[in-house]
Amino acid sequence: MAVAGSAVGLGNFLRFPGLAAQYGGGAFMLAYAISFLIIGLPIGWAEWAMGRHAGSLGYNSAPGAFAVIVRSRWAKFAGIIGVIVPVVIYMYYVVIESWCIGYAFNFWSGRLNLQDSRDAVGYFASFVGAGADASALELSSHKALPWLLTVFVFNFYLIYRGLSAGIEKMCNIGMPLLILLALVILARVMTLGAPDPSRPHDNVFNGLGYMWNPGKVQVVRTSPPPGAPPREVVGAEAVAEAEKEVAASSGALKLVRLSPWSQLGNPSLWLAAAGQIFFSLSVGFGVIIVYASYMKPKDDVVLSGLTASSANEFCEVALGGLITVPAAVAFLGVAGIAGQAGVGLGFKVLPLVFSKMPAGAFFGGAFFFMLFLAAVTSSISMLQPGIAFLEESLDVGRKASVAILGLLTTFGTGFVVYFTSDLKALDTLDFWVGTFLIFLLATIQVILFGWVWGIDRGFKELNHGAAFPVPPIFRPVIRWLCPGFLLGIFALWILKEILGYDLSSGSEGAVSGYVTDLLGDKSNLAAQLSIALVAAFMVFFGLITARSRAFRRAEQGLPKHD
Amino acid sequence: MTLSGLLVMLLSVGTVCILFAWCVFKVLTTPQETEKVHAVELHTPDMNEPD
Repeated sequence: MAVAGSAVGLGNFLRFPGLAAQYGGGAFMLAYAISFLIIGLPIGWAEWAMGRHAGSLGYNSAPGAFAVIVRSRWAKFAGIIGVIVPVVIYMYYVVIESWCIGYAFNFWSGRLNLQDSRDAVGYFASFVGAGADASALELSSHKALPWLLTVFVFNFYLIYRGLSAGIEKMCNIGMPLLILLALVILARVMTLGAPDPSRPHDNVFNGLGYMWNPGKVQVVRTSPPPGAPPREVVGAEAVAEAEKEVAASSGALKLVRLSPWSQLGNPSLWLAAAGQIFFSLSVGFGVIIVYASYMKPKDDVVLSGLTASSANEFCEVALGGLITVPAAVAFLGVAGIAGQAGVGLGFKVLPLVFSKMPAGAFFGGAFFFMLFLAAVTSSISMLQPGIAFLEESLDVGRKASVAILGLLTTFGTGFVVYFTSDLKALDTLDFWVGTFLIFLLATIQVILFGWVWGIDRGFKELNHGAAFPVPPIFRPVIRWLCPGFLLGIFALWILKEILGYDLSSGSEGAVSGYVTDLLGDKSNLAAQLSIALVAAFMVFFGLITARSRAFRRAEQGLPKHD
Repeated sequence: MTLSGLLVMLLSVGTVCILFAWCVFKVLTTPQETEKVHAVELHTPDMNEPD
């Protein structure tokens, strides 16, 4: 129960549906399933094994673990990514956590009664301050700020006083309740039909199609204006209508049928799918390596890793994926999703589902409260890598380490809640840290495990204490397939999204918005400052790492303590 | 929803349900396994050390 409870977080119910919608559903799910089997699961196992090995020598942080495994000076600096990722993600994750408790309170107090999609989208934008920077900084229950202050203080109070075991016990009751509630909500979503009779194509059945159909049908404008985004159509009747529209357009429109294979040629889709797998399984996150370091030598890392992963996937695919995206299509329409995808999708859509349920305010409040509980355990777990790093590198006690980290994350979270216009700071950090750096760290870890530490030594450590050994097929998977797959996607992604090379036509294409936000005429100050913030944290952690005596012992393969 | 979409959905949801159920079964039926399987447990040993 504890394993399942700790696995559930905001990534399952909010981030996953948002990404699936952003990348068009079906093909994303194929990339996601492949990523789970060939990279998520094996790299997770590798991380558990390396963490437990480092812990047996007294090292609990990612730089310490990397240094003792590689035994070279550079390794500890690569390990800093394993501190940066959870600390920076915490800075925006706690903001989303505050939205959950804010929504829960407003549901229970009867102040959240949203009847249509315009209400729901508008309320969310006002609550989080998406209209303009600093617009969420008001002490009102309909704004994020008071909830953020409460949640931030609550998290640090729990870890400063060492009370996090209490919240863990609450979650042992809360998480089965969350799953039960999710099943009730799922039943309601599946029976929604078409909520607006004037838009019969916007129904749950087409929502399921949008989420799971591997192929796509799009209406593309040929002229004018060239380059306008294609409009997706889902469902036999909608496609038939689109065919008539195209026939009547005298060539201004054309119908394009995309096979799953053509969509799978997009490296951004793979990067997002792999990134989501890593995010929700906490692989490449710097979290597992730290918690595994506290395990005993005879603990079972194989079944621990598999159970945590399967619980996560159950909540994400069987619950999160079946609730939010079909409901989003039913309420917002296929065209509406395109502009609303992202982590906020659940906040815009689920209140509308609750408005169609008996005792919707109770269910809405309960769902967002349980989600908040799940998020608290996740956010506290994100702080431990930073705490362990500061304890180890500065040789200070836990409370001093918590205080330093508290100062750093207060600044970072303040930054995220200030730059809320279009949620640019949050979105930038979520992409460059929550996807890109996670991807990079996972790649480094699998190369360390398979090539530097050695596959034989790694598997010996992995299988020690296990109820069943990891199947031998995972040896070549970890040694060859994982790094090849990750490096291949990475190279293609750089070609397409950074260098702007169109892989399908071989000509010059569009550069990613995440890149143009940082460089060139369309650059955005909040996005640039977000990256500067991450860079400043890296430099600070790098300086601490360079001076650490513990890491110097790790480089020599010595235990932390004599 | 197309037939291939339905198949992808049933396969994906079915697989994760079966995998999760098998893991729970394995943990509960292997002797002493409940003590050897751990999650990300929030109470870490450094919380017990004096500052």
